[in-house]
Amino acid sequence: MNKVRHNPLNIFAAHAALLTYTVIALFPVIVILVNSFKTRRSIFRDPLALPNTDTFTLIGYETVLKQGDYFLYFQNSMIVTVASLFFILLFGSMAAFALSEYRFKGNTLMALYLAIGIMIPIRLGTISILQIMVASGLVNTLTALILVYIAQGLPLAVFILSEFMRQVSADLKDAGRIDGLSEYRIFFVLVLPLVRPAMATVAVFNMIPIWNDLWFPLILAPGEATKTLTLGSQIFIGQFVTDWNAVLSGLSMAILPVMILYVIFSRQLIRGITSGAVK
Amino acid sequence: MGSLSLRNIHKSFGSVEVLKDINLEVDEGEFVIFVGPSGCGKSTLLRIIAGLEDASSGDVLIADQRVNTLPPSNRGIAMVFQTYALYPHLSVRKNMSLGLKQAKQPTKYITERVNLAADMLELTPYLDRRPAELSGGQRQRVAIGRAIVRNPKLFLFDEPLSNLDAALRVNTRLEIARLHRELETTIIYVTHDQVEAMTLADKIVVMQNGRIEQVGSPMELYNDPDNIFVAGFIGSPAMNFFSARLLEMPENIKTAGLRPEAISIKKSGKISGEISHLEHLGADTNVYIDVEGELITVRLFGQRDYEIGSTVYLGFSDDDVFIFDEAGRRVRN
Repeated sequence: MNKVRHNPLNIFAAHAALLTYTVIALFPVIVILVNSFKTRRSIFRDPLALPNTDTFTLIGYETVLKQGDYFLYFQNSMIVTVASLFFILLFGSMAAFALSEYRFKGNTLMALYLAIGIMIPIRLGTISILQIMVASGLVNTLTALILVYIAQGLPLAVFILSEFMRQVSADLKDAGRIDGLSEYRIFFVLVLPLVRPAMATVAVFNMIPIWNDLWFPLILAPGEATKTLTLGSQIFIGQFVTDWNAVLSGLSMAILPVMILYVIFSRQLIRGITSGAVK
Repeated sequence: MGSLSLRNIHKSFGSVEVLKDINLEVDEGEFVIFVGPSGCGKSTLLRIIAGLEDASSGDVLIADQRVNTLPPSNRGIAMVFQTYALYPHLSVRKNMSLGLKQAKQPTKYITERVNLAADMLELTPYLDRRPAELSGGQRQRVAIGRAIVRNPKLFLFDEPLSNLDAALRVNTRLEIARLHRELETTIIYVTHDQVEAMTLADKIVVMQNGRIEQVGSPMELYNDPDNIFVAGFIGSPAMNFFSARLLEMPENIKTAGLRPEAISIKKSGKISGEISHLEHLGADTNVYIDVEGELITVRLFGQRDYEIGSTVYLGFSDDDVFIFDEAGRRVRN
């Protein structure tokens, strides 16, 4: 075992594979970042070059901040993402607790029903969703987006969390019951802290698609007051002319908040993924 | 009368009946142990007493009060779990005081109770530590402390020693025996280990397949088992069973039993066999003898040596032979 691990060839191969993957994954992000600081002409002439004194410019960032209400978009994205995550985690974990903890008729059926959402993309129902939102007067509100994202995120959340909750010691919950804790306190005080890594995993898996989504904001909330960041950045992409400086700058800035959220969750995330694998 | 009564308890999970008509009376201050092989329903029965599981039918009475519908926290019980089940994010002190805090007891009383229990279990230096910073034995003592603090009418122990190593198990066993003497509270204790049952209990309840096979003091069960299951379960090494034809018994007798310690090895006798294996334990020697294809265990006091494969004769008194009928019931003379 140790011999295999210390074989220099193996180490080299492993690192080569990982490095290749890292380069592939990071390449587009780096290109976006680098080019967001360059003049339009140098973006096209030499897209891979670093900005120098001639080609360095902040024009893209200026355009983004001046044109369009960038901070409002930013705020909208933030509200939608954070609110959706909060409710996905809250409802998802509660449903998962019920499914894993209580014996009731139709338990398995209910779990299956909740898991079906993983396999059927919510976008198939876009037209009905739009009709519902029109009928309930929620078009062009952030609430519409939040509701849709909660529905989109719940199946996977319930699936992952109920698996983890099954691993929480039954004795611990019973000890809580004997000490007179209510089911709610058992859930919030005893069980939730123990599945925190799983919660972080679910949060990260849900956060990025919601933050990046263009589809539902475009259909359900395209109004100026409710535009999200991804949708807002689209104003710089025209049919004939695209303001690449602004697009790249806007995207660069959009990376930041998810990065911060990711760093917050990532320590927990790593623990979540490796739990069970490593003791 | 008594501190716990179980009346006609039945329990089924779906179509599987795990407890069948359980009736039991436990007196004030008794140390009662439910013992049986895994899957016999003993833990389920304990959980029904605790209120963590509902009986399908029947009544549970604690201190003569019917508690069927009471939640666990209002039954006046405390429970110690096999896996300790300490709250990982709370200090030892908070672990022990949580139950009383939930019951809205005054702070002064809680502090008093916690200190008393900590003192009893020598946990005072560890009160501000988290469970993760304690050893297995200490954790189990905290779990016991948490139960003591509640000052219950009934202690419930669910295989509390199973997660401890052998040396610690003996220590903790002594500790539990001492606590029972000091607290004089009724204890219901579940284990699959008959040694624990024999050493701790005032009264042993032997269970199998959801039924109570026999209830009695350790010595009653050892000396006077009702059936073949109890005879085989109590005592270590287990009782030898062999077909009655070896002893020329009447028609209705199917099986005869002899405890390993009731047999001696002789140079002549009625039954002969070949020595197939020896176990030297220092104080005892276990000799395994092959008698017409049946393996008989003989427990000899002291250190003995025999040659494997040599032929020996079994010596025993007819008074020590237990006989059982076809259904496994004991036939008493």
